[in-house]
Amino acid sequence: MAGILTAARPGRGQLALLSVAGTAIFFGLWQILAISGLVSKFVLPSPTEVITAGLTMVVEPFAGNTIQGHVIASFGRWAMGFALAAGIGIPLGLAMGYWRVLDAMVSPIFEAYRYIAPLAWVPFAALWFGTGIGGPVMVIFTGAFAPCVLNAYRGAHLVERHLIEAARTLGAGSLRVMAEVLLPGALPSVVSGLRVGAGLGWQSLIGAELIVVSSGIGYVLVQGQSNLAPEIVIAAMLAVGLTGLLIDIALRFAESRIRRRWGQTA
Amino acid sequence: MKARTLIGLATVLVLLLGWYVATDLGGLIDRQRFPSPSDIVAAGSQIVSRGYAGGTLLTQALYSLRLVVLGFLVAAVTGVPLGLMMGLSRRFEALVNPAFLLVRPIPPLAWIPLAIVWLGLADGAKILVIWFAAFVPAVINSHTGIRNVDQTLVAAGRVHGASAAQIVWEVLIPGAMPMIFTGLRLSLQASWTTLVAAELVGAVFGLGKVLSTAYRDIYPAMIAVGMITVAVLGALTTKILEIIERRVIRWREY
Repeated sequence: MAGILTAARPGRGQLALLSVAGTAIFFGLWQILAISGLVSKFVLPSPTEVITAGLTMVVEPFAGNTIQGHVIASFGRWAMGFALAAGIGIPLGLAMGYWRVLDAMVSPIFEAYRYIAPLAWVPFAALWFGTGIGGPVMVIFTGAFAPCVLNAYRGAHLVERHLIEAARTLGAGSLRVMAEVLLPGALPSVVSGLRVGAGLGWQSLIGAELIVVSSGIGYVLVQGQSNLAPEIVIAAMLAVGLTGLLIDIALRFAESRIRRRWGQTA
Repeated sequence: MKARTLIGLATVLVLLLGWYVATDLGGLIDRQRFPSPSDIVAAGSQIVSRGYAGGTLLTQALYSLRLVVLGFLVAAVTGVPLGLMMGLSRRFEALVNPAFLLVRPIPPLAWIPLAIVWLGLADGAKILVIWFAAFVPAVINSHTGIRNVDQTLVAAGRVHGASAAQIVWEVLIPGAMPMIFTGLRLSLQASWTTLVAAELVGAVFGLGKVLSTAYRDIYPAMIAVGMITVAVLGALTTKILEIIERRVIRWREY
């Protein structure tokens, strides 16, 4: 506990060593627990079995496709739902920041909507748009929509009022003000919202695929579960985590570039 | 401010009226797909009095609520101390972080199948998944909370002769409290999302069971009743957490 209390911080080498030790302990305990026979193979497969299962799925199709095929199918759905959420949510958020009347009109409905867990939309999504593409896209949309709206709205409020007034005095119409003053000013906040929305959308999609959809990486999870093959389940979980992480890294990169470009550091 | 509330109220009323006209009065929308207000009232009274999917609304809601509260409490009791410890000691952080970073990108919902393999459809599986979901925000925010405490306060404490334990208990942890509660609020949201998903995937009881049964019966009004109940419970539990927060962090309102 002394780390933060004393002025002298532990050295980098020591911390790196502890990190390596931590990783080794994690995998070591897992491997020992798995091969010791204390827990059944059908409960906890060893890390090597998980890796083997994952690599096997790269070449041999499981549940109708290879693992990368499933990931690509999921990613395609995610991209559609996310694009839709961003395409509707960001203009709506900016417009709510611009027109007070619209803000007053939409806010109560939006507040109520936010309390509905995205996954609770799954039954309606499947009923209205089927379980092929439409339903999952709607579930991703419901997950990613709220952060897109909120951050565009907050970003629009960060834009200085006299910039907007100046643009209007110089003869810019409402749409032009929104596109050329509000959007650039709100951009850093908008991109943060996109990042949060992307994560929630990805997570919602996995949920939808667990429940009603019969393809994609979430479906591999379900199939692994019904085949009582935890090594496949864990390999698929890692694929889900890795894809989500890559999406996040890409958006983080975009975020830092935009922040630097548009001169805001906060 | 007054005008704003009125406009909001008016919009909601117009939408409700439009919905009523389009469904109950005009029949413009297929009620097999989109329920009308009277359908929802009927479904609501059915589940309240006679029950649906194995129980009345009260028993189903209490069942789900119990699982959320249990999972959330387990996550809070384990996650907050872990986060605090990681915040207090850089050595401990270095030791634990790799495993934490490895597990963190996996969305909580992806744990559901594994939890079912391990524990079946019983309550334990749901509590386990909720625990995973609520654990991460609790850890991260407690960790950041400690790190964000103003170092001058720590120095001031030390100058006045506070012991290490006193600095931890009387400066660092109180200082981290607002962030801890931010984390807990996120944890609570994650708990509800995860519970709904877990119950949709497979459950014997609960609001997710209501939703999935209504979906199979193509009973949109009951789906709506289930969704509204989940939203109301989510809002209520968030409010309760806010009340607790205001009690705990009383000193903030100078």
